[in-house]
Amino acid sequence: MISYLDFEKPLAELHARIEELRETGESGSINIDAEIKKLQAKADKLQSDLYAKLSPWQKALVARHPDRPHFRDYVAGMVDDFMPLAGDRAFGDDQAILGGLGRINGQRVMVIGHEKGDDTASRLRHNFGMAKPEGYRKAIRLMELADRFGIPVVTLVDTAGAFPGIQAEERGQAEAIARSTEACIKLGVPMVAAIVGEGGSGGAVALAAANRVLMFEHAVYAVISPEGCASILWRTADKAADAAEAMRITASQLKTLGVIDRIVAEPVGGAHRDRELAIDNLKNAIADELKSLGNVSPAKLRQQRRDKFLTMGS
Amino acid sequence: MSWLHRVRKGIASITKRETPDNLWHKCPKCAQMIFTREFEDNAHVCPKCEHHGRIGPKARFHALFDEGSWTVLAQPAVREDPLKFRDQKRYTDRIKAARTATGETDALINAKGKIEGQKAVIGVQDFAFMGGSMGLGVGAAFVVGARQAIADKCPYIIFTAAGGARMQEGILSLMQMPKTTVAIAELRDAGLPYIVVLTDPTTGGVTASYAMLGDVQISEPGALIGFAGQRVIENTIREKLPEGFQRAEYLLDHGMLDMVVHRHELRATLAQLIGYLAPGKKAA
Repeated sequence: MISYLDFEKPLAELHARIEELRETGESGSINIDAEIKKLQAKADKLQSDLYAKLSPWQKALVARHPDRPHFRDYVAGMVDDFMPLAGDRAFGDDQAILGGLGRINGQRVMVIGHEKGDDTASRLRHNFGMAKPEGYRKAIRLMELADRFGIPVVTLVDTAGAFPGIQAEERGQAEAIARSTEACIKLGVPMVAAIVGEGGSGGAVALAAANRVLMFEHAVYAVISPEGCASILWRTADKAADAAEAMRITASQLKTLGVIDRIVAEPVGGAHRDRELAIDNLKNAIADELKSLGNVSPAKLRQQRRDKFLTMGS
Repeated sequence: MSWLHRVRKGIASITKRETPDNLWHKCPKCAQMIFTREFEDNAHVCPKCEHHGRIGPKARFHALFDEGSWTVLAQPAVREDPLKFRDQKRYTDRIKAARTATGETDALINAKGKIEGQKAVIGVQDFAFMGGSMGLGVGAAFVVGARQAIADKCPYIIFTAAGGARMQEGILSLMQMPKTTVAIAELRDAGLPYIVVLTDPTTGGVTASYAMLGDVQISEPGALIGFAGQRVIENTIREKLPEGFQRAEYLLDHGMLDMVVHRHELRATLAQLIGYLAPGKKAA
């Protein structure tokens, strides 16, 4: 059973009606089948209309949908022979950022990304995708490892932000994020980042200072959550929708601003409605970008990344 | 003429003696009243409790550079209000107000000059300008400062002070994190020191980028330094924060800084550090 978002209420009602008809019509009456078909067509149209014009705030809700694929789903669906690697060699192994070696379409890659978890136990284990310093330090270690062996880096960004906590601050959350961004900038191998769900602030950019930044159609990427922005500038979190509008957080807006390079299409109704198709779309886009960066020299890769961020927004 | 007629004018009412309302400064830490003049002469450090008040770029340049040796670098032009952002007020109105209040165009000002005879470029973030927040203007100024240091073959010293990224520039403010990191990479390529002096307060995206990437990390006493804001942390973990949490001394204890230096000692400390890290690059 899929969970519906607030703005999908009319869609949920239609689907419920269809379900009801199906149950009463187990006998296989022709009339009921025709009615179901009609309703299904109506529901499909409603869904594609809804999703064709999602507001920025609605996109934020879709990007956070609990059924949306997460890091482990993407790895299972698009990376062959995945070999997880762990630990920052200094403090611990943060399960909010996962990473390891694998192949995408035969190409060796180091895959790193945030994992939010998909049930209570795994959400707690992965701290809802909010990484601590040791998570970013693990990412740095894996990026440097990939760089030494000429392996391209692929990152999947999906976090509300880096974890705000006492221990995280004590162990240097800010420093870890800054160094992780620096590690991206320094790479002499191709780096492709994909914002797959939420791209939340410094905790996201630390894994996204890449040669190519892809973004799912309904993902969001922002300096602060809409709720956070609203509570500071409007003095109430209730204005989150207004803040989402003002901040420009959607893929098409960010493409116009030159912050991202490519939008990856999602299935109608969002990635969670057809996870396989979503994962496949992402795999093809990443493979395509890796291919285009394949023959670029380390010096040129670094320069391209530097120039891109130096001129962004100007 | 009636005897009731006043021969003399009435006693002029005693005029209130003018006391300028800025004659006294109340220390926000120890609550002592100090003569403003005395406070200013002491570089905005409370003479009673050593609390370091916030100071702007010009006061820093005066205090750190050799007299008459320094010039302010031109502010780079950037796109204004790229998102046409409006909350309860227009962003352009907020900028205008900040410009009127500070006399500066944005929150990071650079100057080049000499510290005890040694060349340096110093950038100072001004908390009075929209909380020192980092947007396109601050990012571009940071690049200008770093590149001036490269051109002059001297260190770049940054004084940080900011609440974080400038929300009114949305994602473009976030993109100043990698941008300033690129400028630091250029300094490193050139073999030049990048020195960070953290001042009160430095938080958010500024801390999580150029404020934590110094070859040497210095802070003024008592400065608030952190990634997440204290209220955000309290709301997340629902615990009271420990005494001195996110203060300079706390960061020193946790290995995040090299030293905490009193404002009066900063000039000598920086001069000594430049002598170690950039010898032979002495100004001719």
